[in-house]
Order: sequence, then structure tokens, then C-alpha cells
Amino acid sequence: MIFGRSERGKPPVEPVTLKILVAGGFGVGKTTLVGAVSEIRPLRTEELLTEAGRPVDDTSGVEGKRTTTVAMDFGRITLREDLVLYLFGTPGQERFWFMWDELSEGALGAVVLADTRRLEDCFAAVDYFERRSIPFLVGVNCFEGADRYPAEAIRQALDLDSDVPLLLCDARDRESVKEILIGVVQHAMAFQADRRETVTT
Amino acid sequence: MTRGRTTSAAQHRLDLIAVVVAEPHADDPEADSTLSPEHVDIVGLCRHAPQSVAELSAELDLPIGVVRVLIGDLVDAEFVHVNRPVPPAELVDESILRDVINGLRAL
Ligand SMILES: Nc1nc2c(ncn2[C@@H]2O[C@H](COP(=O)(O)OP(=O)(O)OP(=O)(O)O)[C@@H](O)[C@H]2O)c(=O)[nH]1
Ligand SMILES: [Mg+2]
Repeated sequence: MIFGRSERGKPPVEPVTLKILVAGGFGVGKTTLVGAVSEIRPLRTEELLTEAGRPVDDTSGVEGKRTTTVAMDFGRITLREDLVLYLFGTPGQERFWFMWDELSEGALGAVVLADTRRLEDCFAAVDYFERRSIPFLVGVNCFEGADRYPAEAIRQALDLDSDVPLLLCDARDRESVKEILIGVVQHAMAFQADRRETVTT
Repeated sequence: MTRGRTTSAAQHRLDLIAVVVAEPHADDPEADSTLSPEHVDIVGLCRHAPQSVAELSAELDLPIGVVRVLIGDLVDAEFVHVNRPVPPAELVDESILRDVINGLRAL
């Protein structure tokens, strides 16, 4: 269905899969960004949780426990038959952050989307990726009607390290989102090169 | 559906982008009476083409935790195998990253 039906007799191509996370505050454009480049409309996957915030895998034993679901949007870009990139929108509320731990494991990098009218909404995401040494860049989603600020002012307000890229973008625009994703991968490459150097010297 | 079990080798941290591949001989899962309809659905989807755990969850409208258990059963019964994704970012081959960049540019 998705990677192209394999011809009879031929073993199916088993693609290498990679993921990039899309984080940021409520309503900042995460799902819009995923939808702008995904070859499928953003899909939704859910995890069942107890109120204590731990995943519940056992559907038969949950009576009596209060459960809730946390939803994640994701999209897919087939770069080659054997190379597939997934984009995951992270759930915004902080009580779901343990889901981020799972999502960020093995992630290539992350986009933190910011809205200049509510910059503080993305502080938590910036902190999160900094603390876990996950390469990320900040995409400033330029909504109409929002005042434009110089990139330097936004950097200062976010207290970004000088090596963290910051790009202006339009989450609805495919070309703009492509630039953002290329930026993340380039940053991840530089990040890895730095690490290798630290390890070998 | 998951028969009340909560642990399974494959369920353990089975990544959302791990790819589930049907075994070539898995052509008649319906005949196996130990499998639930959901098991059969997973094998059916994966026979069509390899699928990620996230896609199976979305397609079947089942929580990820449940899908992980079902996949674990199917791995044990040798209907499918799972390809784990490339490990954490620092280990991804640089040539793969270049391919990703070129692939994105070409979109
Ligand atoms: N003008 C403008 N509107 C946008 C842009 N990006 C998103 N929107 C709109 O903003 C609203 C919220 O976008 P979503 O993509 O749903 O935001 P989200 O981050 O996924 O929201 P939550 O998942 O609820 O946190 C939608 O109505 C979008 O159409 C943009 O770049 N410019
Ligand atoms: Mg959303």
C-alpha cells in the first residue's frame, strides 16, 4: 500500500526509516507543517494512558483506572523506495512529555516552531532538546498580522546558543517547509561531526 | 485481543518507525485459530507492503501499545519480522543524511 506493492516473487523492499520531530506550543502550526510536505494527509496515532501518565498496554485490565489518550500526528515522505522520512508532531501538553522521550529516541533531529506573538510557548521545547542534546532548529512561523522581528531579537528572547539555526517559515508552504527540514538534517550532520571530533580527540 | 498479556519481546520499545515485514510464507493467517482478526489485519497490511508501527496503529485505529503486543505475537508465531530503525542520530551514516538532503531537495 505505502511503499509500493512488491511484485510477486520479489522480496519487498525493507526501507531505512528516519524521523524528525515537530514541537512547539498549542496551535503554532505543527500539523500544518507536517501536512505541507507529507505524501499522505497527516495520520493520527494514539496511546492509551492512565491518569498517572504511564502507558497502558493491557486493554483488558484497565477498568477502574482512569485512562486518557494522547494523540500524535505524523506524516511520511518517501525519499526513495528504500529511504523513508517520518515527521511526528509532538503532543503539546507538558503532562505528556514522557511521550516525547519515546518519540525522541533515535530521532534525527527536531523542529521547534515558534510564533512571535507567543514566544514563551516554545521555551519548554527548546529546553527539552537542549538538555537531551538532540539537534534542533527554530522555525519562526510567520502568521499574517504578527509583527516581524529581526532574527537576532528572536534568538535573544529565546536565549538560543549561537549554533542553533533559526529560520523564518510559513508552515503552509511546501517549499518553505522543505527548507526547514533540509536545515534540520544539515544541522544534525554538523552536530554529528562535532561529536565524532569530541570522541576522537 | 491482546489476551491480557503486557510483555513481549518485540513490544519492548518497538519504535514507532520500526518496519513490520510479512514473512513470505505468511499467506494464510486466517487459518491460524490462535490469531485475532486484528492479528490477521496486520499480516494483511504488511503483506501488501512493509508498514511502520505508527502506520499500523493509525490504519487499524488501535493504540500503539496494543499494536505492539499484537506485533509481538506475530513475531513469535513467525508471521512477520521487524526491522528496527537506524539507531540514534549520532550513529546515522553521513551518506544517508546526504541522501535525505538530496531527496528533500528533489521533492
Ligand atoms: N496565517 C497562517 N496560518 C497558519 C500558519 N500555520 C498554521 N496556520 C493556521 O493555524 C491554525 C493552527 O495550526 P495547526 O497546524 O493545527 O497547529 P498545531 O500546532 O498542530 O496545533 P495543536 O496540535 O492544536 O497544538 C490552523 O488554523 C492553521 O491553518 C501560517 O504559517 N500562517
Ligand atoms: Mg496539531
